[in-house]
Parts: sequence; structure tokens; C-alpha cells
Amino acid sequence: MKKILLSGNTSLSYAVKQLDVDVISAYPITPQTTMVEKLSEYVANGELDAEFIPVESEHSALTAALAASAAGARVFTSTSSQGLLLMHEILFITATMRMPVVMGIADRAISAPINIWNDHSDIMAQRDAGWICFFAESAQEAYDKTIQAYRIAEDENVHIPVNLNFDGFILTHTYEPVTTLDDEQVLKYAPKKVRSLVLDPKKPYTFGALGSPEYYFEAKYQAVKALENSFETIVKADKEYGDISGREYGIFNDYMTEDADTILVSLGSIGGSVREIARRMRRDGAKVGSLSLKLFRPFPAKQIVDALSKAGSVVVLEKATSPGALAGPLYMEVQASLKTFDAKTPAINVIAGLGGRDIGPEDIRVMFNKGLKVASQKRVDTIMEYVGVNA
Amino acid sequence: MPKKVSEIDEGFVLKTPLSSMQTKTGTWRAFRAVIDYNKCITCGICWSLCPEPAIYLKDNKYTVDYDYCKGCGICAQECPVKAISMVRESD
Repeated sequence: MKKILLSGNTSLSYAVKQLDVDVISAYPITPQTTMVEKLSEYVANGELDAEFIPVESEHSALTAALAASAAGARVFTSTSSQGLLLMHEILFITATMRMPVVMGIADRAISAPINIWNDHSDIMAQRDAGWICFFAESAQEAYDKTIQAYRIAEDENVHIPVNLNFDGFILTHTYEPVTTLDDEQVLKYAPKKVRSLVLDPKKPYTFGALGSPEYYFEAKYQAVKALENSFETIVKADKEYGDISGREYGIFNDYMTEDADTILVSLGSIGGSVREIARRMRRDGAKVGSLSLKLFRPFPAKQIVDALSKAGSVVVLEKATSPGALAGPLYMEVQASLKTFDAKTPAINVIAGLGGRDIGPEDIRVMFNKGLKVASQKRVDTIMEYVGVNA
Repeated sequence: MPKKVSEIDEGFVLKTPLSSMQTKTGTWRAFRAVIDYNKCITCGICWSLCPEPAIYLKDNKYTVDYDYCKGCGICAQECPVKAISMVRESD
């Protein structure tokens, strides 16, 4: 166990090296570039014995990763923003073909205007592709989750691709001391598993065949169920990772939620700031709490409701919009979960931080105060509000 | 009756070669290509242009395989002696 100074990007590269990945196929895009640079360096200097495919686009990056995975290789790819959008059709194909591809996503806004900074518009536009979807809060977590991702994706009961989201620049370019596992520990925890169905010239199978109306529905259903059923494996993988590393993350981080008048739900790196503001507001007597969600797909609806149902109100903070919809994508899921499981907790949505707009301590106080107002009035006036926009 | 989910291999991998032959695309047809052998000069243009291909040479005669003929009509359109007609499938 060594402590190394790593950024979010290079923490993933380091984990991928330790995981002895066979094929890396990626196209550089800000803010993910240094991750791919580091990986190509590992391959060039012999530290990692892998095939590095410098493809001409993200569409090809994921296609090559999917094909290498079909041949039985352990693969990695990564992207961001417009690159993820260019992968759109292959994302669905990878999931329904049940390929255990692991991908890092340096979350970044979507053009226009052209913007290279962080929000969650890229992944939210791809949320129905059928992948397991994690959000990390730190470079340490990004490192740990990458190792867990292979264990989960390659589990014979799962065989579903995993994407790991970590916020562009906020995490990708921030260096922190990361406690790493030894190489042997990594491969013992996440050993390479040989699948029974792989491309092999000696035993030819057809991959990616036409599924006419007589077949398509069942094939799709199978992949959808595999994603739903992966939940158990995800929880177990996290627990067993905790046993060897001392770091277990859970499906969310809940902070001071037990007696909270309002709980702020968030995704990704903002979770740490929310907890700090919650701590300060608690000091001043406001009963506020934070729930930072780690697992977005499969969506842990029941567990989230259990954590939120006793609160006076819920504020869902998100860095993405669903234009023309009632509210943002995360809010809709949280609200649907609350109603489905008969929780009476009123919930509001705040959209903030689009295109890298900083979410400062005052913004978070504003959000908590909105939640406290809803809790005291026991009534929601405005479902969705924007914080930080000069409207 | 569709196969059960449990009978489908993971990720819809097909283990049997030539399984696409099991999909009888002839069922999609509204018109069938019928060759009039009194007119046919056995030039082979229909055979070379059939996209399936569902026309093959049997005993020196070009023959339509109705298991796979989708009824697109290219053969009838291209036949230089108008030996192929498109006949509506009866309901």
C-alpha cells in the first residue's frame, strides 16, 4: 500500500495499469486527455503490456473496445462531453451485447456554446444506454471505483459495462495523495475472468446479429434485467473492497440525515462542499443533511427513499437540465421514488453549476434555505429553480 | 411463439453458423416474382441483380426461392424480355 500524488485522471490510469488491462482504445478530449496520455506512456515504456489503439474518433474508440471485449480482452476506454455523445449508438450496443467494458467519463458540458468545463449534461443524455453508472467525489474514490468496476462488470452474473463519472477539472486535474493497493492485491480482488462466449476462429459464433421482432424483445429484456440484478454484486464488491482497503463507499454517502429538516441530494464532487456547508449550518442550529449519490444506475430507489423519507423536505441539486421537462433528470427519479414508496416528503429541484459555473458556499446555503422553507411551510411553491444564473 | 429469455444466449450471441437462413424473409413479401419460361432466355441478369440472393440456377433454369424472395421486383424491372411478372400474394 503506497501513497501516490495523483490527479483524478492519473488515478484512473494508475488503476488501469494495475488491473493489467489488455486493450486500451481511446481518443483524447479535454478534460480527459492526461488520462489517455498517461496510459499511452505506460504502454510505450513497457510498464503495461497492452494494445493501445489510437483511434480516429470516439465512435471508433468504443467500437474497438467492444470488439476487443468480445474477443475476451480486458478493455478500457474513456471520454468526455462531445466524445461521449459521439459514442451514443455504441453505448447501447455494448450494453445489450453484454460486454464488460469499463469507461472513465470526465464529465463536461455539452456545446453550444463551446465549453470544456464541468457539468453532468453529457452522462445524463446517455443514461438510458444500459450501463452501470457511478459518480466519484475524489481522485481516491475514482481510483477505488475503477478497480471495483472491473470486478463488477466481469462478474458472470453481471456482464454489463460500467461507466465511472468524475467531474471535469474539479477532479480530473486536482492532485491529491491517493492510497493505492499493491498490484497483487488488485488482481486478487479483480482477477481477469474468461467468458464462455468469446470470438474465436476455432469456434465461430455470431456477435451482434439481427434480432427480428421474434427475438429482439427477449434479448433487450435480458440485458435490462442484468443491469437491475447487478445491484447485489455492486454492493458486495464495495463491501469486499472495504475489507481489503479500509475504504467502503456505499451506494450513497449520507451525512446528518437522521434528524434533518432538509436533505440536499447531489451527484459527484460537489458532495464534499455540501457536507461542509451542512456542518457549518448545523453549528448555527439549522438541521440540514446531505446525501451524495454514488450509484446512479441501477437507480437505488428504495434505499434513497429510506434515507430521505423522515426528512421535512428534500432538495435535489443537479448539474444538468432536461429542457421542457417538469424538472431535471435526477429530480424526476428521486421524486418518482418518493411517490412510488409512499413517502410524503416534499421535494424541490435546483439546477446549478452548468458549464462550469462555480457552486460556492453561499449558493449551497441558498439551496438549503429553500429546503428549510419548504419543510416549515409543508408546501412546494416552485418545483424547479436555478441557482447561480444571472437571469 | 418467441423463445424464452432463458433460451437466448447472453448478449444474443448465436452459436449456430448460418442461423440467418432460419429467418424466412419470404414471409415479408406482398408480390411474388413469377418467371414465364416461354419468354426466359436464361441470360442470368435476374440472378446477378437479386439482392437476397433468392434466384438460383437449377437444371439450367433460373428459379425463385420463395423462402427468401421479398418481392422487391428488381428482377421484373430489369428482365430484358419481360419474362418476370410480380403477382400479388393472395390473402
